[in-house]
Amino acid sequence: MDTIDLTKEKTAEAKKEAISLSGSQAVLESLIAEGIDTVFGYPGGAIMPIYDALYDYNDKLKHILVRHEQGGIHAAQGYARSSGKVGVVFATSGPGATNLVTGLADAMIDSTPVVAITGQVFAHLLGTDAFQETDVVNITTPVTKWNYQVTDATEIPAVLAKAFYIAGTGRPGPVLIDITKNAQIQKFDYEGYQKCNHVRSYRPKPIIRKEYIAEAAKLINEAKKPFVIFGQGVILGKAEQEFKTFIEKAGTPAAWTVLGLSALPSDHPLNVGMLGMHGNYGPNLLTNECDVLVAVGMRFDDRVTGRLDKYAKQAKIIHLDIDPAEIDKNVKVAVGVWGDCKETLPLLTKLVETRSHAEWLERFRECDKEETKEVIFEELHPSTDILTMGEVIRNLNELTNGNAVIVTDVGQHQMVACRYAKFNQSKSNITSGGLGTMGFGLPAAIGAKFGAPNRTVVAIIGDGGMQMTIQELGTIMQTKLDVKILILNNQFLGMVRQWQQLFNDRRYSFVDIASPDFVMVAKGYGIDGQKIAERDKLKDALQTMLDHKGPYLLEVMVGKENNVFPMVPQGCSVSEVRLK
Amino acid sequence: MKQEFTITVYTENHIGLLVRIATIFSRRKINIESLNTSPSEAEGIHRFTIVIEETEEVVRKLARQIEKQVEVLKAYYNTNEEIVWQELALYKVPTDEIAEKVKVERLLREHGARAVVIRKDYTIFETVGHREETDKLVKVLEPYGLIEFVRSARVAIIKSSKGFHEKLKEFEQTEPGEELVENEFLDKQDQVFTM
Repeated sequence: MDTIDLTKEKTAEAKKEAISLSGSQAVLESLIAEGIDTVFGYPGGAIMPIYDALYDYNDKLKHILVRHEQGGIHAAQGYARSSGKVGVVFATSGPGATNLVTGLADAMIDSTPVVAITGQVFAHLLGTDAFQETDVVNITTPVTKWNYQVTDATEIPAVLAKAFYIAGTGRPGPVLIDITKNAQIQKFDYEGYQKCNHVRSYRPKPIIRKEYIAEAAKLINEAKKPFVIFGQGVILGKAEQEFKTFIEKAGTPAAWTVLGLSALPSDHPLNVGMLGMHGNYGPNLLTNECDVLVAVGMRFDDRVTGRLDKYAKQAKIIHLDIDPAEIDKNVKVAVGVWGDCKETLPLLTKLVETRSHAEWLERFRECDKEETKEVIFEELHPSTDILTMGEVIRNLNELTNGNAVIVTDVGQHQMVACRYAKFNQSKSNITSGGLGTMGFGLPAAIGAKFGAPNRTVVAIIGDGGMQMTIQELGTIMQTKLDVKILILNNQFLGMVRQWQQLFNDRRYSFVDIASPDFVMVAKGYGIDGQKIAERDKLKDALQTMLDHKGPYLLEVMVGKENNVFPMVPQGCSVSEVRLK
Repeated sequence: MKQEFTITVYTENHIGLLVRIATIFSRRKINIESLNTSPSEAEGIHRFTIVIEETEEVVRKLARQIEKQVEVLKAYYNTNEEIVWQELALYKVPTDEIAEKVKVERLLREHGARAVVIRKDYTIFETVGHREETDKLVKVLEPYGLIEFVRSARVAIIKSSKGFHEKLKEFEQTEPGEELVENEFLDKQDQVFTM
């Protein structure tokens, strides 16, 4: 097939001249028209026509062959999170599609824009229990923002336009399009691609009610101890600057959720740290002391709030969110400000008075001092010979100067990385927050590197999570992708072990996990690496990893039974945060 | 306090939406007492009528989760005081019982039942009304050999509703107008999702 030049297609006159394309070609043309340059995927029977068409699109569309569909969707998520664009993943019907489910659920709860395209059996075979047939649309309904099955090729351009529009606008989320094989093969008159910008039943942005902005500003202006807590909404809304201007004018301390991390530079004087179960001492304790709590683009997850009936009861709560269903969902608010924070924050900034709240800010500093004394100093500068996760992150900070994209897996290393990693710019912390998907880290780092090719990407992964998606080393091998893999090995499923130690009388039930020789495994994939367990080798080893041309795996043996503190135990109030 | 609420949902008429709405209830382990889907007064717009027994707070959250679905235009919820509703019931009774026993005929008359089909072996009656009324007739007919009974889902009209035509025009605008108050619930919690 000759590659078709469809650039002219966008003009009105050219649109009348329809070209005969197959459904598969239309899928690829649609992706290109949406500005997609990278697709992650895995071929199979029911998606073969799309892969056949892909053969001719090699120069326009980069396809990354992953080793498992779960890796494919996590890579698409990582790509979306580091680039701010929509991630795309291809999978075949049946097992290919069901392997996407974890990633879809992860993208759903973490509001990540992803379009998944799955092959499906021929339309005439639907419902016959055909080979590799599963009811993908129904399986994925609870974990997608929208999904749709295409059985006729003529629907493809419009359905994909709608898919990208829905995935990327409003509160973003995953969209799955299931395309039957006959629709992929079918030829039809393609009249060019028209981007979607309106769906009748879908309101991506609620209308801003100025009176609520005024009410919120009044509360903030009257506040003696205002406290801002923010989440990923700031990043998704590309409102980092607007947010910074707002807190600077209002002079409020600001603390972040795990997904909000990197929206505000780590060294910003008003950045008081992390919220939630393993967050910082001050932000947790003082949530129950502030008089006005301003929540921006976050959803009051239970890991953030702790016990709800003892959460910020003394405070008047203002909640800015683009998703109306979030307001009053977990926490009753005094003022709900619906809208895109890119728009609501400047309106609010205009109305708030310039303040400094120095004394109140000092309270956070005091808490920080106490936390440093009790927890942080020992974690970052341990007095024993055994390495801690925290000191690895500290050394990494010193070498990257906070410029790297940090991708983490799930568990203790994740909490430590979020607590201690430093960031200068947004979209730099990529982690599975809401779903807590072990195995997310490695494939997400692959996607993150494709999404931000000019940045250093470091995947920080535990020994447990690494073994969940270790096959993606194959993807790194084949693409020669420059991803740095930092395994923090404590020879345990550490977070579960920590809970078993604290709450189950040290009954260590199935957390003692054996690991392969990760360095040797990496070597098998042609990836260089080394393993260290001594402090005096740490900095050099990290430097070697960062300087290495191409992928590198560094395994650091850390303390087996170290715990992450502070901790708000489950069922406790944020003010019951434990330092040890 | 839990009470009966009727949720009215205006949607696009698309395959798969029923599952999407049903899972909003099932994932929270909330039983749907009655569910009806039908066309609405606005062309091409589908109308779900869902009855559940829950607290107002839960129902409000459910309504917002429903409205969040891409293909849902609007979700309203109302107490029984705010709506007019009906359910239809069908009863199959042996014809000879009715023919022979005057009492049965009187009972049917009392309950406003209407014969739909009369055959030698059985007769099918219908009644329209609230659940208590249709249930009562079941009890009454049981001793006379009630063969089959079925009741429809609730259909309900919101007393204060101005219909969906105007609202639909707003939705069809590419850019929502300034005067459009989307987050009306913020003003008055008690009028949430009513028109």
